[in-house]
Amino acid sequence: MAGTAAAHDHHDHKPQGFVRRWMYSTNHKDIGTLYLIFAIIAGVIGGLLSVAMRAELQEPGIQIFHGLASMVYGFEGDSAIDGGKHMYNVFTTAHGLIMIFFMVMPALIGGFANWMVPIMIGAPDMAFPRMNNISFWLLPPAFLLLLLSMFVEGPAGSYGTGGGWTIYPPLSTSGQPGPAMDFAILSLHIAGASSILGAINFITTILNMRAPGMTLHKMPLFAWSVLVTAFLLLLSLPVLAGGITMLLTDRNFGTTFFAPEGGGDPILFQHLFWFFGHPEVYILILPAFGIVSHIVSTFSRKPIFGYLGMAYAMVAIGAVGFIVWAHHMYTVGLSLNTQRYFVFATMVIAVPTGIKIFSWIATMWGGSLSMRTPMLWAIGFIFLFTVGGVTGVQLANAGLDRAFHDTYYVVAHFHYVLSLGAVFGIFAGWYYWFPKMFGYMYSPFIARTHFWVTFIGVNLVFFPQHFLGLAGMPRRYIDYPDAFAGWNAISSYGSYISGVGVLIFLYGVWEAFRGKRVAGDNPWGEGATTLEWQLSSPPPYHQWEKLPHIR
Amino acid sequence: MKSKLVAAVAAFSAAMAETALAAPGQPVDWQIRFQDAASGIMEQIIAFEIYTLWFIIPITLLVLALLAYVIVRFRQSANPVPSRTSHNTMIEVVWTLAPVFILLFLAFPSFNLLTAQYTPPPADITLKATGYQWYWGFEYQGEDDSELSFDSLMLADADRADAGKEDLADYPRLLAVDNEVVVPVGKTVRVLVTAADVIHAFALPSFGVKMDAVPGRLNETWFNATREGLYYGQCSELCGKDHAYMPIAIRVVSEEQYNTWFAAAADDLEGANQNLMAAIAADAKSVDVAANSAE
Repeated sequence: MAGTAAAHDHHDHKPQGFVRRWMYSTNHKDIGTLYLIFAIIAGVIGGLLSVAMRAELQEPGIQIFHGLASMVYGFEGDSAIDGGKHMYNVFTTAHGLIMIFFMVMPALIGGFANWMVPIMIGAPDMAFPRMNNISFWLLPPAFLLLLLSMFVEGPAGSYGTGGGWTIYPPLSTSGQPGPAMDFAILSLHIAGASSILGAINFITTILNMRAPGMTLHKMPLFAWSVLVTAFLLLLSLPVLAGGITMLLTDRNFGTTFFAPEGGGDPILFQHLFWFFGHPEVYILILPAFGIVSHIVSTFSRKPIFGYLGMAYAMVAIGAVGFIVWAHHMYTVGLSLNTQRYFVFATMVIAVPTGIKIFSWIATMWGGSLSMRTPMLWAIGFIFLFTVGGVTGVQLANAGLDRAFHDTYYVVAHFHYVLSLGAVFGIFAGWYYWFPKMFGYMYSPFIARTHFWVTFIGVNLVFFPQHFLGLAGMPRRYIDYPDAFAGWNAISSYGSYISGVGVLIFLYGVWEAFRGKRVAGDNPWGEGATTLEWQLSSPPPYHQWEKLPHIR
Repeated sequence: MKSKLVAAVAAFSAAMAETALAAPGQPVDWQIRFQDAASGIMEQIIAFEIYTLWFIIPITLLVLALLAYVIVRFRQSANPVPSRTSHNTMIEVVWTLAPVFILLFLAFPSFNLLTAQYTPPPADITLKATGYQWYWGFEYQGEDDSELSFDSLMLADADRADAGKEDLADYPRLLAVDNEVVVPVGKTVRVLVTAADVIHAFALPSFGVKMDAVPGRLNETWFNATREGLYYGQCSELCGKDHAYMPIAIRVVSEEQYNTWFAAAADDLEGANQNLMAAIAADAKSVDVAANSAE
């Protein structure tokens, strides 16, 4: 018996030593874990930036950023005010880039997809395990470059890049001549390369390595969502790479792609950016769609309602997502007919999105619902995503967007779909797969407390921002007219509550690893039908040495 | 009885008129809706926004109600044996087509609004707004080639007393400027918007106007102010450290006051602005006197 166990261990080929296991890792589960750890660290940093911004906005006037600027950069006297104003812009920029490129994408795609997609489709690993390794290890240097950019000169006399995550020229070219923007551009290049490599890996894995019998139309929806996401990444990121390369040459090598004085056009960058940027927001949300589908089905003990409709709704969202980019640009001076087209195309997206919302509800309909932690997060996701979705329908109308553009209404909208949508999806996935990934069960009490604190917190942060946007408060403002003070204060209090939520989350993780409550192979019961629940928890180092049988 | 009703109606409409007069071209504390419209386009925007709420709030409530229903009705203890239903072609067709119809109901008024915004009446006045880091420059092109141009910077607290703008209700922090744009009421003002350094955006919420100021481009927008008053907007495209400190202030006055101001402003902008403020204050006083004597 001992002999077989030893033989089994040996058969695992688990690399010995920390460096071999984690640095040289080619194992999709280990790399997935690395991605998740990375996302948590980046998320905490990005979250701290946002709490600092909310603290600043709690009252009118400049409260803390001049102090922060003199603390961090050593400004003295009045120059601290100017340094602080720029520092605020640096924080908004870094918050956006970190949350998108270093928190949500690594968590959903690098983390959960890396962990679960090969298992779900009955594959032993990713198609290109070494490429998987480089995909991950490109991210820490990219993140470091972005963090470093905050400490080198941006505009003359200030530090960091403060052009917003959209880095529109000329503010990102002649407006900030210092090297900070070059650091940020290089960071995006590397993060983009990492994602492109990951996307190639996922597409190849999903198209070539499904177990016998697992046709595309039998594939779990999470794998579908990752397949669509990977195609979006593959097609959109090169456009961003091209755009920011042109930005780089405009800045350093005298080209004038975006400089009108040399025959260029700043709006060209916006078209290139949003041709990437709009698919990017679906890249952030589609994997969460997949996760929520699994959870809703599991805890309703019912198969997904309208599986094919769900899969092809994601395909449709992905496809239409490529032809709506200029709805971010209604006020740049587009012609009437161009705006009409983009209004129409944008509205079309509401149809497949509606299919998904109603199909989730229909999946629960007639089911036998157990409201365990992941289900709580998933239902929270469905409702909050609906709220963000319907304001999206409003913003699709160019005539109405005239009033909303670049106000807090937009900030509220995209945080409802991303901060409350994608992030709730991430936490849903975390609590769903945590026992599978690590073999331990977390404390449901802590996890539920985390949910309710976060739910209350983020709604307090973002719902009042609708009012601020309607009243006309522009976004990316360090200071605002006194009339906006009331709702800003509420929003800031919500931000502190959400911050407490993050602490509860981290405590819950620590508590789970300390408690070592063995979760068992399938803690969720008969509703959990996808392949990962047939494996041990945590799964063996190499799974599916005997390929699973797909009915 | 009848006279009482008439009096009540009169009092009510007077109160309404008063609030309309007092309606500020700026946000108010705890505001949860749009700023009051001071142009036909903004009235249409507000109407369309309310119209969209008639769709999106019921849809959100429907989703909420359905979620609440399934959570209660199909909880494990109430429904221990789940159904195995996974298809219903009919309902899937319904929830695909229903949103299509809803979107059509939204699309038609939406396209009308958009078209209205891009169908300006012939312009009476042309104003050029140029965004700089971090202030606005304005140029008027009058008849007979007379020209007027000035810069408009956020009012520094130290200058409030000299400018006679100490009243924070009329001249709020971060919104008040040294030189307001002055336009006549009821006239179509064409605004040509551009920028000299980085992208800015010319925005005025009460007029329903927002147009990016892009270097190397001359964007065009327009408004026709329906009420006299002082209206505020703020730069609406991130433009650097003082993005929050380059407001836009437009003073809508009677045509007569505008003409007087415009004639004087080319030579002595400061004097013209002071005289205009004095004239508006005098008007307000005479209105108050009239209101008092009417009582």
